[in-house]
Amino acid sequence: MSKRIDVKDLNVYYGNFLAVEDVSINIEAKSVTAFIGPSGCGKSTFLRTLNRMHEVLPGARVEGEVLLDGDNLYGPGVDPVTVRSQIGMVFQRPNPFPTMSIRDNVLAGVKLNNQKISKGEADALVERSLQGANLWNEVKDRLEKPGSGLSGGQQQRLCIARAIAVEPQVILMDEPCSALDPISTLAVEDLINELKDQYTVVIVTHNMQQAARVSDRTAFFNIAGTGKPGKLIEFAETSTIFNNPSNKATEDYVSGRFG
Amino acid sequence: MTATSLTSSRGAGRAGDKVFSGATLAAGCLILAVLFGVALFLVIQAIPAFTAPAADIQGGEGFFAYIWPIVIGTLIAAIIALVIATPVAIGVALFISHYAPRRLASGLGYVIDLLAAIPSVIYGAWGAAFLAHQISPAYGWLAENMAWLPIFQGPASATGKTILTAGIVLSVMVLPIITSLSREIFLQTPKLHEEAALALGATRWEMIKMSVLPFARPGIISAIMLGLGRALGETMAVALVLSSGALTASLIQSGNQTIAAEIALNFPEASGLKVSTLIAAGLILFVITLAVNMVARWIISRHKEFSGAN
Amino acid sequence: MTSTLTPVRKRSALTKGQLPKYAPYVVLAVALVLGAAILALIGFNAFGWGVVSAILFAAGLVGWSAAVEGSRKAKDKLATCLVVGSFLIALLPLISVIWTVMVNGIPGLITPGFLGKSMNGVTGVYDNRAAEEGGPVLGGIYHALLGTVEITLLATVISVPVGLLTAIYLVEYGNDRPVARAITFFVDVMTGIPSIVAGLFAAAFFFAVVGPGTKTGAVAAVALSVLMIPVVVRSSEEMLKIVPNELREASYALGVRKWRTILKVVIPTAISGIASGVTLAIARVIGETAPILVTAGFATSINTNVFGGWMASLPTFIYTQILNPTSPSNPDPSSQRAWGAALVLIVLVMLLNLGARLIARVFAPKAGR
Repeated sequence: MSKRIDVKDLNVYYGNFLAVEDVSINIEAKSVTAFIGPSGCGKSTFLRTLNRMHEVLPGARVEGEVLLDGDNLYGPGVDPVTVRSQIGMVFQRPNPFPTMSIRDNVLAGVKLNNQKISKGEADALVERSLQGANLWNEVKDRLEKPGSGLSGGQQQRLCIARAIAVEPQVILMDEPCSALDPISTLAVEDLINELKDQYTVVIVTHNMQQAARVSDRTAFFNIAGTGKPGKLIEFAETSTIFNNPSNKATEDYVSGRFG
Repeated sequence: MTATSLTSSRGAGRAGDKVFSGATLAAGCLILAVLFGVALFLVIQAIPAFTAPAADIQGGEGFFAYIWPIVIGTLIAAIIALVIATPVAIGVALFISHYAPRRLASGLGYVIDLLAAIPSVIYGAWGAAFLAHQISPAYGWLAENMAWLPIFQGPASATGKTILTAGIVLSVMVLPIITSLSREIFLQTPKLHEEAALALGATRWEMIKMSVLPFARPGIISAIMLGLGRALGETMAVALVLSSGALTASLIQSGNQTIAAEIALNFPEASGLKVSTLIAAGLILFVITLAVNMVARWIISRHKEFSGAN
Repeated sequence: MTSTLTPVRKRSALTKGQLPKYAPYVVLAVALVLGAAILALIGFNAFGWGVVSAILFAAGLVGWSAAVEGSRKAKDKLATCLVVGSFLIALLPLISVIWTVMVNGIPGLITPGFLGKSMNGVTGVYDNRAAEEGGPVLGGIYHALLGTVEITLLATVISVPVGLLTAIYLVEYGNDRPVARAITFFVDVMTGIPSIVAGLFAAAFFFAVVGPGTKTGAVAAVALSVLMIPVVVRSSEEMLKIVPNELREASYALGVRKWRTILKVVIPTAISGIASGVTLAIARVIGETAPILVTAGFATSINTNVFGGWMASLPTFIYTQILNPTSPSNPDPSSQRAWGAALVLIVLVMLLNLGARLIARVFAPKAGR
C-alpha cells in the first residue's frame, strides 16, 4: 500500500523564473522524509510537484521526471487527477469543507468523485479513517456536526483522515503543524509516526526539532540569495543531518546559525 | 485500491472537465454577443430613420433636427441631478464611513441602499403627485425674484411639472449610486494615512481633507460618472414628472424632453418610420451612456492598478 | 487611591478653551425656539421649522466654537454639521416616498377584489360612477401581478444560468486571459445600459427575427435579462472569489476533478451569497417599467401565456393608470388603483431585499475557522 518516489533532475519554474533547480532525490516507501530549509527555498513548491498540485498555481511548470514506483508522473497521457488520488496532500492550515459534516468530510474524496458506496461500507471507511487519524474517540458522537466546529488540531487530523480515506500510496504534508498549538502538534506528530507503517510520508517543516522527532531521512534545501533558485543541498539519514552533516550550510542551519 | 497505472484514467471525468469549462466560456461569450447584438440590432432597426427623407421624420426637418433638442434636454436633466446629488451623496458617504458610530454604520448604509431599491416608476409617481405640487410655490418665488437668471425665467409652471422637478427626482435616484461607491472608496483609505494626519493633531475634518479626499478623488469622479450614466438613461422619473415641450432655457417652465422619456411616451403607439426614429434615438442614448460608463470604468481600473502598486 | 496623591483640579489644562459638553444641546434648544418664533411670523409649518432650526443650530454652534475654540475647531464643527445634515437630507425623500405610497396606497389595497381581479371590463363608466356617486372602485391588479411574476421568473430562468456560468468562467478559468478581461469590462459596461435601451434591444431583436410589432411577455423577459445578467455575474463573481483557495486545493488533492470541485465544493460554499445576489437582482428588475413598456405592451385582462399576446405588469400598470386614466374626466379611481399597485410593488421589492439578507445569514456556512 505504499510506493517509493524517485525524482530525477527536476527544475520548477514560475513563468520564466527558475524557482527550484535540479533536484534529484529518492524517497523510500514506508518512511517519513522531512524537507527543511529557510523560507522561500522552494521546499513547499517542490513538495507540490510531487503530486502535481503546483499546476493549480498560475504559471508554474516543471522539467524533469518524478517516478512513482517507476511510473513518471509527468509522462504523456498522465492525468493529474489520477496522480492526486494516489498521492494525497495535507496543507498548512486545516481546511475542512465548511458545508460538510465531519462524516462527509472524511467521505469527501469518495463522494466528490461520485463513486457508489453502500452505507455500511461508508460507515466502516469513516471509522477506519478516523481511527487511523487518532480522531475517532473524540468525534464519534458528533459525526453529523460541521467539521469547522472542531479545534484547529482536530481539524488538521480530520484533514489527514480525509486524505487517508481515499487510500493513497503517499501522503504529502506541507507544514501541517505550523498553525497548531503545541498539544495539537504533538498529537499530529504521534499520528505521523503511526502513518509510516502503511504510507510513504513526506513532510515540509520549519521546525527542526519536529523534523528530528518524526523523520527517518531529512533533506535540506537552501537558496543562495533573492532571485536565485532553491537547491537541494544535502539529503541523508536524519541523525546524520542533525549530528554530522557533511555540508557547511547544513551545519549552520541545523545549529541555528542562520535561517 | 490496488496499484493502478497512472495512465488508466477514467475518460468520462476528463470529458466532464472539458464540457463544463466549455459551457462557462460559452456563457461568457454569450454576454459579449448580447452586447454586440444590442448595438447591431439597434443600428439595423434605426437605419430607416437616418435614410428617410427629412419631411417624413416627426417635425419635418430630418432626424437630427428632431434629436438634438431632446439630447440637450437629457443633458440638462442629468446635470441638474448631479449638481444636487453629488455634494449630498459625498456628505452621506462621509457620514457613514467616518462620522456615524461604527455599530450603526452598516445599518445606515442599508437605509441609503433602500433608496436604490425603490422602483423608478414609484419615484415618478411620487414626483408627479407629491413633489411637483409641494415645490411649485418655490418656482413662483424664483420667477418673481430671480428672473434675471435665464434659467429662472417666468412664468413659472403652476403644476410644478418642470425639468427642475424631474432633475430633483433624478437626483434622489442617483444619490444612492454615488453614495455607495464613494463610501467604499472612503473606507479603503489606508488607515496609516488617516492615523498620520490625526497624530499631527489634525481635527477630523482636516484629516478627511488631508488623507481621505485626495485618496478618493478618482473614485469619486468615477462614481459621479456612473451616476451620470444612470441619470441620462432614467426614463420613468422624467416621463411621469415632466410636462414636456419644446426646448427652453428656463428650468421652471414646462417644456424640454429627454430621450428616454420621449421613447417611453411614444413607442407603445408608434408604427413604421416612427419606430425607427425612436430606436435611433435609443441608439444615440446608448452611445452616450456607453461612452460615459466606459470613461468611468477606465478611471476606476486605472485607479485600481495605481493602488495595487502601492 | 490615586486621588489622594494628585491634587483634584476643577478643570484640566487639556480641556481649556473647549466648548462645554452641553454646548450642542443648549444651541439646539435655542435654535428650536428661535426657529419656532421666526416661523410664527411668516406662517408656521413643520418642515420649515426643521429647516430654519437646523440652519440656526449650525450657525450658532459654529459661531460659538469660532469665538471660544478658534477657526480650526469651528471649521471641523461646520464640516460635521454639513455631513450630518446631508445624511438627514437624504432621508427626506425616502421617508416622503414611503409615506406617500402608504397613505395613498392603502385605500386602493383594501378595496375588495383588488388583488384577485383584473381590469377586464372595467371602463370609464364605472369609474365615473365611483367618483360621482361614491360607489366602489372596481378593477384590480391580478393580471398585472401575474404578468410581473411570470416575466420576472422567465428573466431569472434565463439570467441565472448565464450569469452564474460566466462568473465561474471569470473566477475559475479566466486567469486574466484577454477573453476574461473583455467579459469583465463589458459586463461592467452592461450594468450601465439604460433600461429603456435594453427594452429597445429586445424589441428590435424580436422585430427583426419574429416580425415587426412582436410584443409578448417573453420579449420583456429578454429585456429584463439584459439588465439582470450583469448584476448576477458581478455578485456571483464576488461570492466565488471569497471562497478560500485552500478548499479548492483540498479537493484537488483528493483527486477530485476541477468541474466536480466547482460544483460540489466551491458553489455549495458560496451558495448563500449567490442566492442572495440573485434575489437582489430580481428585486432590481421587478420594478423596471420602461423595458416592459416597449416590449410587452399593456393588457387589461389576464394573459397567462408569456409567449403570446400583450401582457400587463405592475410597473406598467402604475404608469398607464397615472398617465392615461381609465376615465379621463375622473382620474381619481385610476390614481387610487395606481397607488395601491405601487404599495404592492414596494412591499414586493422590500420583501425581496429582506429575503436576500435572510438568505445570506441563514444559509451561510456555519462558523469557519
